[in-house]
Amino acid sequence: MIKGNFIDNLPKVYGIYTGGFLAFIIIMAIGEQMGMTSKAIGICFVAFTVAIYAIIGYLSRTAQADAYYVAGRQVPTVFNGMATAADWMSGASFVAMAGGIYFKGYGYMALLVGWTGGYVLVASLLAPYLRKFGCYTVPDFIGTRYGGNLSRFLAVVVLTVASFTYVTAQINATGTIASVALDIPFQYAVYVGLISILLCSMLGGMRGVTWTQVAQYIVLIIAYLLPVFWISNKMGAGFFPHFMLADEVARIGDLEQQFGFVANSKENLAMVPKGLAGITKAHSAVNATPWAFISLALAMMMGTASLPHVMMRYFTTPSVKAARKSVGWSLFFIFLLYSSAPMLATLSKLSLIDPSLPTGIIGKSIAEVQAIDWYQNWNQANLMFISDFNGNGTLELNEFFMGGKAVVLATPEIAGLPYVISGLVAAGGMAAAMSTADGLILAIANAISHDVYYKIIDPKAETAKRLVVARVLLVVIGFAGATIAALEIQGILGSVIWAFDFAMSGLFFPLVLGVWWKRANKEGACAGMALGLLSGLGYLIWVRNGGSGFLGITQLTFGIFGSAVSLVAMVVVSLMTSAPNAATQRMVDDVRVPAGKSVIGKN
Amino acid sequence: MSKQEQHWEKTRGLLFMTLAIWFVFSIGIFLFGAEMNEVGGPFGYPLTYWFTCQGSLGIFVILIFWFANRQEKIDEEFGFSERGDD
Repeated sequence: MIKGNFIDNLPKVYGIYTGGFLAFIIIMAIGEQMGMTSKAIGICFVAFTVAIYAIIGYLSRTAQADAYYVAGRQVPTVFNGMATAADWMSGASFVAMAGGIYFKGYGYMALLVGWTGGYVLVASLLAPYLRKFGCYTVPDFIGTRYGGNLSRFLAVVVLTVASFTYVTAQINATGTIASVALDIPFQYAVYVGLISILLCSMLGGMRGVTWTQVAQYIVLIIAYLLPVFWISNKMGAGFFPHFMLADEVARIGDLEQQFGFVANSKENLAMVPKGLAGITKAHSAVNATPWAFISLALAMMMGTASLPHVMMRYFTTPSVKAARKSVGWSLFFIFLLYSSAPMLATLSKLSLIDPSLPTGIIGKSIAEVQAIDWYQNWNQANLMFISDFNGNGTLELNEFFMGGKAVVLATPEIAGLPYVISGLVAAGGMAAAMSTADGLILAIANAISHDVYYKIIDPKAETAKRLVVARVLLVVIGFAGATIAALEIQGILGSVIWAFDFAMSGLFFPLVLGVWWKRANKEGACAGMALGLLSGLGYLIWVRNGGSGFLGITQLTFGIFGSAVSLVAMVVVSLMTSAPNAATQRMVDDVRVPAGKSVIGKN
Repeated sequence: MSKQEQHWEKTRGLLFMTLAIWFVFSIGIFLFGAEMNEVGGPFGYPLTYWFTCQGSLGIFVILIFWFANRQEKIDEEFGFSERGDD
């Protein structure tokens, strides 16, 4: 079922799958009408979808290195685009992005521009060339292009630092969702999440991850778009929210004027539970300086082009041409969700603050709001809080606080959608977090098993042994990530942004110059990776410990400093040492031409 | 100039053009974010707000497909394109 035959039948297979999932949603909706409890619906949604992913993971099992590392290089463009989109959109994108836009407005939307604009760099600077190279992993490219075990090893180090920072956040997110949906303590839910993740990737490696990620994309995009369209129609805001919310955006602006942004005193804010925030920034006005916006967008764009778990998805396409197109499809599928997040934020905010809507709570009496069912639920879940600071008995804009996740998780309930939608959203969040975690864990385990174990430690190892090592590493890294996630030391979004900064500090210029500058050599690349990563890390530690920073570079954009150091170090050291040998130069020439055999490997 | 050098020259030219367009919509316009937001954009949204929600994002999608097609044409022109399907 799974071989060549399977590839030809992909549209049919996933068409049936999508139909089946929609039918499942309808069955759940009927179940709800017939009195199924919300807890049972939540469990069904998460258990059913995870079981499907596990089955796909099992069916994709393989004993071949090519299938395990690069899915046999036969993933068609559009499906690779879906898989990349799922790989890319993490639990943070799904659960926290609309919330970030809701609270921070324009300044936060630099992330939308950055996390999409980066794909232009991926398509034009890197993906097709790395595909032509024919490598299994990103450090494989660095190690072969520049030569020497040191450059390979440094690339593995940068990859591990960046991806591991990222993956703890994803396992944390799967744990959060599993603990809510299955109603079990977070410390155990983290491991339930981990086992689900490993079920997808362990047997089939990249092949298993590819086909589960396509399935996960379908779940997450339905789970994100369906509520947005439903809420918009229910509120009468517009049939197609993306094109029709201008009045609502303007209305929020008017209400902001009318209410005013009243600053709360420190004593009052101390009463607000940790993690909740009030509306303090304009919704659609420009509220950040050009450099604050541009530096954050730039850091995310360069980080996108350096993150190995994204790059390695383009190693799985059948050709160089397909790799380029596939980047376009990836971004299209990402665009579907990203362009909906601001719409959800708008709908959510308006439905809460507009006194003329039945769901609006600003201007109502405190006692009245406290009596609302959904307020009580989300207050109990520690995601909503109100307090009568000025003692006038009426809820003001500055007296209402919410957690970032609530925008995605609570808006369907506030708008009066049936509970089945909340179950669907939980399944979508789980899919988003799982697919990203899978890609990341696989990127780390593959780099260590292929580049450190096979290429450096034991080049004579047989395929079977290599794949055993790869799988053992997968489990070890997964458990390490889950253990750290269970400690709950960082927030989800902060650590995601750091991962981009780490990746760009160490890998952006060594990758790009490897293709575009023939004169770049081993010494330069090693200096670029080592000094870039160290200076970025140093800057982060300095700013975290009260350092003032410079040029407006913050702890969210430290990669700009790291990558600048990396560029200078790489160019200076390359020029001070001898040019790469003729064989390497020929290799670069080869990479630049799509036709012909790949530079390394058989296909 | 060899065929391969010419091919690379053209490829580089396309890269610069692509990056120039990318620069305008990811960085350039946001230098004037505050001023531009006073202007009405598509569908009646404030212009800068629209770019951050949809405009720049959508332009990037189109830009990548445009780039991929142009690059394919360049590869074909020099006979460097791969045989076979997508």
